[in-house]
Amino acid sequence: MTDLTAFRAQTHAWLEANCPPVMRTWMPEDEQVAGGKRAEYVRPEQKIWLDRMAAKGWTAPTWPKKYGGGGLSGDEALILEEEMQDLGCRIPLRGMGLSMLGPTLLEYGTEEQRQTHIPKIVTGEIRWCQGYSEPGSGSDLASLSTRAVLQGEHYLVNGHKIWTSNAHLSDWIFCLVRTDPTVKKHDGISFLLIDMDDPGVRPRPIKLISGKSVFCETFFENVQVPASHLVGQLNKGWTIAKRLLEHERKGIGGIGARQAAKFEIPPETVAKMHVGEVDGKIAEPILRDHIAAYSMDAQAFQLTRRRAAEEAESGAPPGPLSAMFKYYATELNKRRYEMLLEGEGFQGLGWEGEGFSDDELRFTREWLRSKANSIEGGTSEIQLNIIAKRVLGLPD
Amino acid sequence: MALILSEDAIMVRDTALDFFRERSPITALRKLRDDNDPDGFSRSLWRQMAELGWTGFLVAEDQGGSGFGVTGLGQVMEAAGRTLAATPLLSTGLLGASLLDLAGSAEQKDEHLPPLVAGERLFALALEETSRHAPYRIATTAVADGTSYRLSGNKRFVLDGHVADVLIVAARTSGAVGDRDGITLFLVPADAPGVSRTRTIMVDSRNAAIIRLDNTPATVLGRIGGGADVLDVVLDRARACLAAEMLGSSAEAFDRTLQYLKDRKQFGVQIGSFQALKHRAAQMFCEIEVTRSSVLAALSALDEQANDAAALASLAKAKANDTIFLCGNEGVQIHGGIGMTDEHEIGFFMKRARVAQATFGDAAFHRDRYAGLMGY
Repeated sequence: MTDLTAFRAQTHAWLEANCPPVMRTWMPEDEQVAGGKRAEYVRPEQKIWLDRMAAKGWTAPTWPKKYGGGGLSGDEALILEEEMQDLGCRIPLRGMGLSMLGPTLLEYGTEEQRQTHIPKIVTGEIRWCQGYSEPGSGSDLASLSTRAVLQGEHYLVNGHKIWTSNAHLSDWIFCLVRTDPTVKKHDGISFLLIDMDDPGVRPRPIKLISGKSVFCETFFENVQVPASHLVGQLNKGWTIAKRLLEHERKGIGGIGARQAAKFEIPPETVAKMHVGEVDGKIAEPILRDHIAAYSMDAQAFQLTRRRAAEEAESGAPPGPLSAMFKYYATELNKRRYEMLLEGEGFQGLGWEGEGFSDDELRFTREWLRSKANSIEGGTSEIQLNIIAKRVLGLPD
Repeated sequence: MALILSEDAIMVRDTALDFFRERSPITALRKLRDDNDPDGFSRSLWRQMAELGWTGFLVAEDQGGSGFGVTGLGQVMEAAGRTLAATPLLSTGLLGASLLDLAGSAEQKDEHLPPLVAGERLFALALEETSRHAPYRIATTAVADGTSYRLSGNKRFVLDGHVADVLIVAARTSGAVGDRDGITLFLVPADAPGVSRTRTIMVDSRNAAIIRLDNTPATVLGRIGGGADVLDVVLDRARACLAAEMLGSSAEAFDRTLQYLKDRKQFGVQIGSFQALKHRAAQMFCEIEVTRSSVLAALSALDEQANDAAALASLAKAKANDTIFLCGNEGVQIHGGIGMTDEHEIGFFMKRARVAQATFGDAAFHRDRYAGLMGY
């Protein structure tokens, strides 16, 4: 226990000394750092902060040191997270390399693949994106038809992916491809790593309802991929795909829990500001009731995440709780934005320009962005199917 | 705050689950109802519960209790909720024991707690006066009469009021109806002059009474005018433990419904294969789990007397209200026609849900209270 206390003190002191003051302020969406060759930094401190954290491996705190990670235990990583939250430190690096591919390579990658790719994920040198969905394969992901044909030392890849987040800003893409079209759909899929520098890979941004273009369509035309870029066994990609989806859902499931972070503005504050208060209460009683209902569900959900963590720590076998996290967190996050906009009234309706504060305009865009939460990474309906099948044992 | 149970609490839970399944299944409640049982509960079952120590969980050791705590009592309540067992555990083991333990003088504790723990004396809290839970809306008057008081007023929805040996009455010694200050608690023997009791037959076949007090002599329990301080704490215990009972009932109604989804066939297949029903089952699962977390947090916070115990008690009761409403109603709907019959047991859960929801604050009451405690 004393080791952890010492670790906490050292961590606090290090963060205090190394985290630039502007990196301890609320982080607007356009200042999130995702790395990669095309990375652009709004402020020089973003890069300084990233490099300092990456040098300690603390962009990936629990990954092994030999691949550039922090080598921290779960308890130590939690302390780091708490101390960062306490000081208001920004997360130095985010992305699909950290949240999805890294853990997958650690589990399924060859030693060569790990040594090639993981250190560059930790430092933010390479930005990754995800080639999963296709125009004809959304919820029915396993029906995907992007083809990879082995020709000597290379796979020849042809196909069309969609909802590839930030593909136009990424350097590499991890893809699900069909390597055997003659067997049951789940049994002919492989997991391939593809360098996007190949001229046959063409990402095209898609404009979304929020006005932003975080998603792309990505076309593959006669792309040659070295056979050594296959992760796991040929035609066994579906197992890896599902495992990676668990990492993705865990990430998306964290949305609701993060709402209590230091700089977030809670719906009740927004409502008080816009509709006023009577005796300290939000002046509009029905809105107040809706906000309380939302906040109570959010707290009940946070307690559930904590309970799952306590159960795991006590050595109990993994329970069925995690199956509900993605579903519940994303539905909560959507409700949160509905509450924010409802509280703002007319001020929540701005798209751009004068008459609205930066926060107000941001909330409008984020409200629209939040609608994707319950679609991406498996829709809420798919999550409910999974709970019904795996947890409740209901028949197909 | 711990969200997982200690080994001792798990043992209590497992014992209680076996106990109620074996000795007080839903058929026992049905029999009490159909026999028009004058007590509305089983005295022998109650004595066995006392022997297991459950009546003493909130009573200090020097009064014959174990002081095992609210979390432990919550486990017994949850197990009782599984079989809808009708017992005086809430009225006597929780409300009576807590009010005496927290507010009673040494003599009052000596007089009442040992027989309470032994299962020989029953208590009831006479609080409500209006059509919904409103702990400060007390109009019952208390007029000083030498060293004692005389009470006059009408109480309703007094849980186990018709069988209680001693009534604990909230009356007003000062202030106006609705004021938090000026409420005083009193002990009144059920056979005291001026007490009239009318048993009410409730939709859930559990026990409650209307109690009229007409110039009834009473002795003060706790501080004059400061009854709300004790009531707030004790009501939060009751809310959290009732939420635990409701969690048990919700989970049982859900388990039975889930089994029905697997057993019942229509169109040549199990109805649980229909996505419209699968999703509703999955949503019930989620709501039960977040309710469980809220209940565990509230019980634990009450045992630790944490600052957020009141907010967590309201969270637990509000979530339990919504969840038992969901599971009770979906239970009947998914069972279809058979769910509408008296012979089938699923309807008992929906009936109990309605009453439990109204007891010690419906969801709207607790959302209002939670928002107030959170500063908005």
